[in-house]
Amino acid sequence: MSVAQVALYVILFLATYAQLFLLVTFLGKRKELNRYDQLPDFPATIPTVAVVVPCWNEQATVHGTVESLLALDYPKDRFEIIIVDDGSTDSTWNEILKYKGHPQVRMFQKENGGKHTAVNFGLTHTTADLVGCIDADSFVAPDALRRIVAAFARRPDAMAVCPSIIIYKPKGILQHIQRAEYNLSLYIKKALSFANGLHVVPGPFSFFRREVFEKIGPFRKAHNTEDAEIAFRMQINHMKIEHCHQAHVYTVAPKSIPGLIRQRTRWIYGFIQNTRDYRKYLLKGKYGTFSLFTVPMGFVSIGTLIYIFWMLLWAAGVYVAKKYIQFHTVGIHTSAHLFHVDPFFINTSVITVASVLLYSFLFVTIFFGHKIADEKKIPFHYIIVYVLLYIFLEPIWLMKALWNAVTAQKPKWR
Amino acid sequence: MRGVWKYIVVFLLTCGVFAISWYVSAYFNQKKIAEISTIQNKIAIDLLSTETQFDLVENLSCQDIDSSFLSAEIGDLASKISFSIEQNIADKDQLNDLKKQYSLLEAKDFLLSNRIAARCGKKIATILYFYGDKDSCPDCVRQGYVLDTIRDQYPLVRVYSFDFGLDLSTIKAFEAIYKINDNLPALVINGKTMNGFKSLDDLTALLPKSVTAPPVPPKTTTPTTQKSPTTN
Repeated sequence: MSVAQVALYVILFLATYAQLFLLVTFLGKRKELNRYDQLPDFPATIPTVAVVVPCWNEQATVHGTVESLLALDYPKDRFEIIIVDDGSTDSTWNEILKYKGHPQVRMFQKENGGKHTAVNFGLTHTTADLVGCIDADSFVAPDALRRIVAAFARRPDAMAVCPSIIIYKPKGILQHIQRAEYNLSLYIKKALSFANGLHVVPGPFSFFRREVFEKIGPFRKAHNTEDAEIAFRMQINHMKIEHCHQAHVYTVAPKSIPGLIRQRTRWIYGFIQNTRDYRKYLLKGKYGTFSLFTVPMGFVSIGTLIYIFWMLLWAAGVYVAKKYIQFHTVGIHTSAHLFHVDPFFINTSVITVASVLLYSFLFVTIFFGHKIADEKKIPFHYIIVYVLLYIFLEPIWLMKALWNAVTAQKPKWR
Repeated sequence: MRGVWKYIVVFLLTCGVFAISWYVSAYFNQKKIAEISTIQNKIAIDLLSTETQFDLVENLSCQDIDSSFLSAEIGDLASKISFSIEQNIADKDQLNDLKKQYSLLEAKDFLLSNRIAARCGKKIATILYFYGDKDSCPDCVRQGYVLDTIRDQYPLVRVYSFDFGLDLSTIKAFEAIYKINDNLPALVINGKTMNGFKSLDDLTALLPKSVTAPPVPPKTTTPTTQKSPTTN
């Protein structure tokens, strides 16, 4: 057996292990999903809630974000919006000023210091029980906050609750496949939430109990992925992060492939760098699923996808070389047997069969992902395009992020 | 503790998935070996049939001689043996034996073809092709493409491929008769030995005009062609 084959066996085993771990965890607690179906009543003591909206050059979207927050189904005297203009150079501040005098809105302007400084600035200006933030390019469903507050009430041990992020009004094939991708990822997020292994508290509309910041401090500068860093810090401090899948937040997806690659490179780079910063907490039982499964398997995924990419590229290269030699030798020649398919020639090696079984988990992800997303139709055509496109796209940002991490090149935010 | 058990259970389940993969793979590979064995049996019958035809030729009129002597399956066998060797699905000795039987059948067909061509004046051209692996014969891949094309374009040309390194006395005899050395690829076209790669044009020019032009009409019975077990 060659080294490449052994590597493939190891990768397949770990990837299958990861899929089974998620499935066992999800099936073990799937009944909990039903608890979220009905719109919950407000808890006996309605907590005060503050949402910080950090803005940097968001003149086009900040209005929509604030309007969606004001439309939230939540007692107005228990809910405030804190808008922080992080030194915008466009007319964002003028847009913000339109809410001057609104009883639920407070606004601040500061020098540009990065998103985490704007959020931290907002945190120092509120005493609310639950504090969250939302990017100024995201919008919330009217019942989202009510569901998140109910999740806190239901799980007193939950220190943070994050919503389901859904792509806002997708246009074009790239945004549609991202919507399908986000829906599929809900299953993984839910399973990790069940196992208490979430490694990120996403920027849009995630909420924290006030004591989180009192105990572990505010957001920190962390490779443009402050939402991942605080999740790492919460996990090592044994603070539970819950996923409330029926609280929907809408975000705008990148419209172009370069934009998508830029966004994902930033995410993966942040994941790699945060893991490096917290490496001493990895593979230690006392830090639970996060340490034993989520982060290590994140790296297995990165390795697997890059390996498969190069393997496919190699196979394609060999095929093209063979065809080139054939063309160069005899010109264009079509054999009478070209369309004859003999099942004998189907590869039935252990690796192939194990790969097929591994890929069958995709159907599990599709089924449960869309059950959680509560969408009536499964967009199989976009899922097929997503799978085919991402096989080649994903390794690009994974390798770019790895390269950036190795050469210490910080990727751009936008 | 419950958490630890989950990791162990998932590990066992993963082992289970791999055990299923191994079982399914073994099941299909077994089926393929069985298919090869079936072909092997058919070859044995064909060998016997060809030998009998050898004897009958002396007593038959030329009109009774069909231009197809070998079973249709023989064409696929070479590719199946090659694929099986590449995929490592069966015992190498077993596959090697099949390759030897295939070569023997080719040799028989070659001799019979020449005898019928001589006696009945059939328009048949024969090419003996001696190939090696990619280390001993880097040009064999290209030569294989040329011969495949010749086979498809000129059905009256019968190509017989032999592995130069195969330990088979019949092949050694061919090598001695036609003075084949290790300068591969080596081709014997209607009895004349040539070493080194021959392009499609070179090879077409070397073939008798009677088999290369005009093209064979579609209704003509296509003689069975044999492929090289390692170069296709």
